[in-house]
Amino acid sequence: MAKRRPTVREPRGQHGPAGEDAATDGGQRREFYRRMVFIRRFEERAARAYTQAEIGGYCHLNLGEEATVVGLMSALEQTDYLFTNYREHGYALARGVAAGRVMAELYGRRDGVSKGWGGSMHLFDGNARLLGGYGIVGGQLPLATGAALAIDYRGGDEAVACVMGDGTTNIGAFHESLNIAALWNLPVVYVVVNNGLGMGTTVEKASGEPELHRKAASYRMSSARVDGNDPVAVREAMLSALASARSGRPFLLEAVSSRLKGHSVVDPAKYRTREEVEALRTSDPVAALAFRLRDEGELTDEAIAEIDAEATSAVAAAVAFAEASPAPSVDTLFDYTYATPVPNDSRRLPGQPLFEPAPLPRIGADR
Amino acid sequence: MTEVDARSRPRPADGSDPGQAPSKVTIGKALNLGLRAAMERDPKVILMGEDIGRLGGVFRITDGLQKDFGEQRVLDTPLAESGIVGAAIGLAIRGYRPVCEIQFDGFIFPAFDQIVSQLAKLNYRSQGRIRMPVVIRVPFGGGIGAVEHHSESPESYFAHTAGLKVVACSNPVDAYWMIQQAIESDEPVLFFEPKRRYHEKAELDLTATPVPLHSSRVLRRGGTATIACYGPMVKTCLEAAESAAEQEGHDLEVIDLRTLSPLDLEPVHESVRRTGRLVVASEAPGESSIASEIAARVQQECFYSLEAPVVRVTGFDTPYPPSKLEEEYLPDLDRVLHAVEQSLGW
Ligand SMILES: Cc1ncc(C[n+]2csc(CCOP(=O)(O)OP(=O)(O)O)c2C)c(N)n1
Ligand SMILES: [Mg+2]
Repeated sequence: MAKRRPTVREPRGQHGPAGEDAATDGGQRREFYRRMVFIRRFEERAARAYTQAEIGGYCHLNLGEEATVVGLMSALEQTDYLFTNYREHGYALARGVAAGRVMAELYGRRDGVSKGWGGSMHLFDGNARLLGGYGIVGGQLPLATGAALAIDYRGGDEAVACVMGDGTTNIGAFHESLNIAALWNLPVVYVVVNNGLGMGTTVEKASGEPELHRKAASYRMSSARVDGNDPVAVREAMLSALASARSGRPFLLEAVSSRLKGHSVVDPAKYRTREEVEALRTSDPVAALAFRLRDEGELTDEAIAEIDAEATSAVAAAVAFAEASPAPSVDTLFDYTYATPVPNDSRRLPGQPLFEPAPLPRIGADR
Repeated sequence: MTEVDARSRPRPADGSDPGQAPSKVTIGKALNLGLRAAMERDPKVILMGEDIGRLGGVFRITDGLQKDFGEQRVLDTPLAESGIVGAAIGLAIRGYRPVCEIQFDGFIFPAFDQIVSQLAKLNYRSQGRIRMPVVIRVPFGGGIGAVEHHSESPESYFAHTAGLKVVACSNPVDAYWMIQQAIESDEPVLFFEPKRRYHEKAELDLTATPVPLHSSRVLRRGGTATIACYGPMVKTCLEAAESAAEQEGHDLEVIDLRTLSPLDLEPVHESVRRTGRLVVASEAPGESSIASEIAARVQQECFYSLEAPVVRVTGFDTPYPPSKLEEEYLPDLDRVLHAVEQSLGW
C-alpha cells in the first residue's frame, strides 16, 4: 500500500446544531453540556420505554459516557465516517441524526433509521456517515479498517472513527485490524471507550495489558489516553488523533469513563460492590460539568434547568414521533434478504407447501 | 447480569431454589446440576467462558460452580471466543475435558474456525491419537424478545461438519443426563440448549438410568402423523399434538430427536411406517438444514410407506428479524398444525 501523503487539515470545529456561543471557551463547554444533557435524557427515556416493553431486543445506554461521546463527535468532520459498537444511541444523536428517527428505530418502527429492522444495537445512517452500530463485539473493527482503505484508494482526506469498548481489545479482530491499519497507513482512529467493564468483567481481569492504549505499541501505532469525563479534553485528543490519521498514521485513543448503570437495561449490575456503586456518583460527567459551569459562573441554576427542560421536551417529541410511526408489516419479512431478485426463489413460507402440488397435465398445451 | 429474557423482566435467576433438594427442577438448574456432577466425578472437567464464574453466566447455568470448585476449574475468560475454544482444544490435547460456554448462539462464529478447522478434524488428522473431549454449550433459538445474534439456531453448520457431534436437549431430565454424557464423550459435542425453555420444570430422578446420548425418543404415541422436532420446538409440537387431539381428533406421534449429528432416525422410520406422514419442525431456517436432511433420509428409507411428502415447518430463510416480528418468524403451534393439515390433505 502506498504511503499516504500527509494532508493535515484545519479542523472545522463542531458539527451538528451549532451552539450560538460555541466560539468561546465557556461557550464551548456550555454547548457540550447541552449535548450531554440531551443524550442523558434520551437514554433515560429509552430505558423507561424498554422497561415498558415499547423497545424490544436489548438496549445498551451511553449513561456515564456522554462527555466522551460529545467530545469525540465534535472533533469529527461532517465528511468523516463513524463505526461503533451496540452502545451507540448517543453517537447517532451527536452525529446529528434526528432524535425521532433514532427513537423510532429503538421502538422498531417504520420511521426509524433502518425502518425498525436494525434496532438499538444496529443504528445506521448513511447521510450522517454513521456506518453502523454492531452487536457482535469486534465486528465493526475490520469493517472500519476497510472503510479507511477505501478512503486511501480514493485519496480523500476524510478519516474513519471506530469506537469500541475496553473488552473489545481482547478479541482477535482488534489485533488484526490494528495491524492492517498500521501496515497500510490507513486514516483511521480506533477509540476505546474504557468504562472499566465488559459486562461483568473488569479490564484488569480481561486484558494482559490493562493500560489499553499501550496495546498500540505492538503495531508501532501512536496512542494516547484521555479523561473521558472531560469533553474538552476528549475533543482535543480526538482532534490530534484524527490529524494523525489523516496524515496516514492510524491512532489508538483510549477514553476512560464509567458505565453508570448495568451492561444493558436488563442488567441490575449486582456484581458491583457497594463502594463501587458509591464511587460512581462522583464519576457522573453530566453532573460534574454542571457543577463546574455553575462554579465558574458560566451557567446559572436557571440556565441549567432550562437546558434540562429543553432536552426533556425534545426527547418527548422524539418519543411522540416514534409512537406515531407504524410497526413494520409482516409481509416485508423477506425484503432485502438479498440485494437483487433471486432466481428460482420461491419466497416460500415454511409450513406452506414445500412441494407445490404437481401441476395437472394441460391437455393440448402449446408445445 | 441478566441479559436473559429481554421480554419478561424482571425475572428470578433460574426459577429454582439452590438450597433445596431438587424434585422439580428447571432446565437451567438441571444443567447446573449435571455440570456439577460431572465436575465432581472427574477433576479433569474444566469450565470456561465469559462471566461464567463469579457471575454464573448470563443465564445462570454455571451459578455457584466457581465458588465450589475454584477459579482453576471455572475460568472467567476474556472476550475472545476463538481463544476460548482454541484453548479448550489445547487442554483436550493434554487430557482435560473442557466445557466452553458460548454466551449466545450468534457469538459462536468467531470460534467457528477453531471448531471446524481444528476441533472437528484433530482426531481424523492424527488418526485417532488425539481425542477431543470438548463440549461447547450454546444457548440457542429465539422466543425471548431478543434480536439477531441472540436468537439464532446455527446447529446445521455444525451438523454439516464431519467429526462434530451435535445434540439438543428439550427438558430438564435430558438436560441433566445429556450434559454429563456429552462431557464423558471422547468426541467434540456441540451442546444446544433451548434458551427460551430454561425455566421449564420437570421431576428429576437422579437415580434413573439415562437413555444413550445419541438416541431419539418418542415422547407421544399416535397413529395419524409423525412430528419430528428438537430443542425448543419439542414443547410447541407436544402442545400442537394435544390441540390436534382435542379439536380434530388427530392422534399425532411426537419424536424428540435429541441428537442432530449423528441422527438417530430408526424411531422416526418406525413411526413413519405406521403413520405414513412426517412433519419436521425446527426454529432454524429450512434451507440445507437438519430438517432437510431428515426429509431426504426418510423419503429414501420409507418411500413406500409415505402417504405424503415430508413437510418441513421451520424458521424463515431470512436473517433473524427484529423482536416485534419474531412471533411471525418462529414456527408456532398454528404453523405446526398447518403443516400437519398439509400432510393429511395430500
Ligand atoms: C463475539 C461476541 N461475544 C460476546 C458478546 C456478548 N457481549 C456483548 S457486549 C459484551 C461486553 C463488551 O464489553 P466492552 O467491549 O467493554 O463494551 P461495553 O459494553 O462496556 O461498552 C459482551 C461480552 C458479543 N456481543 N459478541
Ligand atoms: Mg466496557
